[in-house]
Amino acid sequence: MSALRFYKATIKLGRWEVLSAVSFAVQDGEFVGMLGANGAGKTTLMRAALGLVPVASGAVSVFDQPATRGNASIGFMPQNRGAVAGLRLTGWDVVASAAIGARFGFVQLDKAARREIDWALDEVGAREFARRSIGELSGGERQLVLLSQALLGRPRLLLLDEPLISLDPAHQKSVVEIARRVCDDLKVAILFSAHELNPLVNAIDRVLYLGGGAAVIGPVEEVVTGPVLSRLYGAPIDVIHVKDRYFVMAGEVDVERDAHRHQDSAPGPARDRSDVHV
Amino acid sequence: MFEYDFMRTAFVASGIAAVLAGTVGFFLVLRGQTFAGHALSHVGFTGATGAILFGLSPFAGLVGFTLVTGVAMGLFGEKLAQRDVAIGMMLSLALGLGLLFLHFYTSAATQAAALLFGNVLGVDSSALLSLFVLAVVSLVGLALIGRPLLFASLQPELAEARGVPLRFVSSAFLAIVAVAVAECAQIVGVLLVFTLMVGPAAAAQNFSRRVGGGVLLAAGLALADAWCGLALAYYTDWPTSFWITALSGLVFLVSIAARSVASPVARPIGRILLRRLAPRA
Repeated sequence: MSALRFYKATIKLGRWEVLSAVSFAVQDGEFVGMLGANGAGKTTLMRAALGLVPVASGAVSVFDQPATRGNASIGFMPQNRGAVAGLRLTGWDVVASAAIGARFGFVQLDKAARREIDWALDEVGAREFARRSIGELSGGERQLVLLSQALLGRPRLLLLDEPLISLDPAHQKSVVEIARRVCDDLKVAILFSAHELNPLVNAIDRVLYLGGGAAVIGPVEEVVTGPVLSRLYGAPIDVIHVKDRYFVMAGEVDVERDAHRHQDSAPGPARDRSDVHV
Repeated sequence: MFEYDFMRTAFVASGIAAVLAGTVGFFLVLRGQTFAGHALSHVGFTGATGAILFGLSPFAGLVGFTLVTGVAMGLFGEKLAQRDVAIGMMLSLALGLGLLFLHFYTSAATQAAALLFGNVLGVDSSALLSLFVLAVVSLVGLALIGRPLLFASLQPELAEARGVPLRFVSSAFLAIVAVAVAECAQIVGVLLVFTLMVGPAAAAQNFSRRVGGGVLLAAGLALADAWCGLALAYYTDWPTSFWITALSGLVFLVSIAARSVASPVARPIGRILLRRLAPRA
């Protein structure tokens, strides 16, 4: 059974066709890295799986059921998490707000709910620092606390939208390792979007590459190649593969790195294109 | 001071309004909608003056008008309720309209002052019941939507994905805010609603890292501000609203100081200072 299946799915935001008749499937228990430039539709794809964006034509199904809102079999970690960083509440309280947040009425945080929150925090190794104020945590710690929320209710598919954004390489590595462990321990499928392939390359089972409204899924060495990416980007792309690292170049420009820089809108002088990135 | 009937009434009325304002204010501050709350109070002024002009009860006009506006703001979505310009325009427009109503109702100068700056000592004991009933209904409503409201306030995108109806939650909350605003306006007036709704709640969020503790603290601080303000007004003969705003501001300043002392940046500095001052400690 596939955890997530897109079948000739077309998704529009207004008049703009973000995904055009896209077909792919993420298998149960599989860890898939999702890559693509800004605006390639990574977030939109996840929102479609969550039933938050209508499918113009074709079908999107989650465990063989049509995508609907509030699907309990999906755990989600959205991308815009900046607001939480200004809070003084503890990480635990933030996770707790999510754990029972979908229920109206006089809802108490009972023992079972507390145990579930502690379990989710333990699973990502965040229980210790979740007692601190979420605004005082480091970026990596905060990301783990937020990641734990995706595990609440024991979903079987995790959609993680850019968990590595604005993390340093060491924290990126630990987040990816934890995601891999969660995937293996809990037998959940994970769709993990990122700007750069390299932090993910050793952990993922397959890669889903988006570009130009199309999507290609497969093993990294088959998808991340010059011909496939040239087709997705609609421009000549070279892929340089050194040991475990991939460099996706459009002419002189390192595509992935540039996309990343654009996203963070990081100021500062343009660095030498030829230096190797970590 | 409790030997006077009007003082007893004032204590009960301000207590009811303060507990409601503190509790509702906690969520208002958490959602970053304090300006929306402020604007609702100005709309309330228009409602009240309009009601006077048409011979209706000003309190009914206040509640009715803020309620309708609150729900409408919620229905327009999260974005409008947080958009400064739209709210600012509505606020000044409402106040201008209120002024026009006053202009037609010529003998209303004292009533206008009471609306703008509150007159808790003038609260009629017969009004206590409606204050109480509205407060209870609002607090029960808040408790019913409390969990989704907290979730939607902290992480709207995640809440939406989990099936929380954001728009409904937002409108229901702003309706409750509207009632709280109307209640506070009786005590401190529409211009100073901020002081009971925002001051104690913001201070509580500086003092407490927990949700439950923060809500209780916000309500407690609002109650303390209101009652201490009343007592101080009794002994000094200065306006109650002044004392409540002064106390609310003071508590907020203390909370900022407490927060910066407890912050990880300040803690090492504090430790060094402590070592200098008391080397054995």
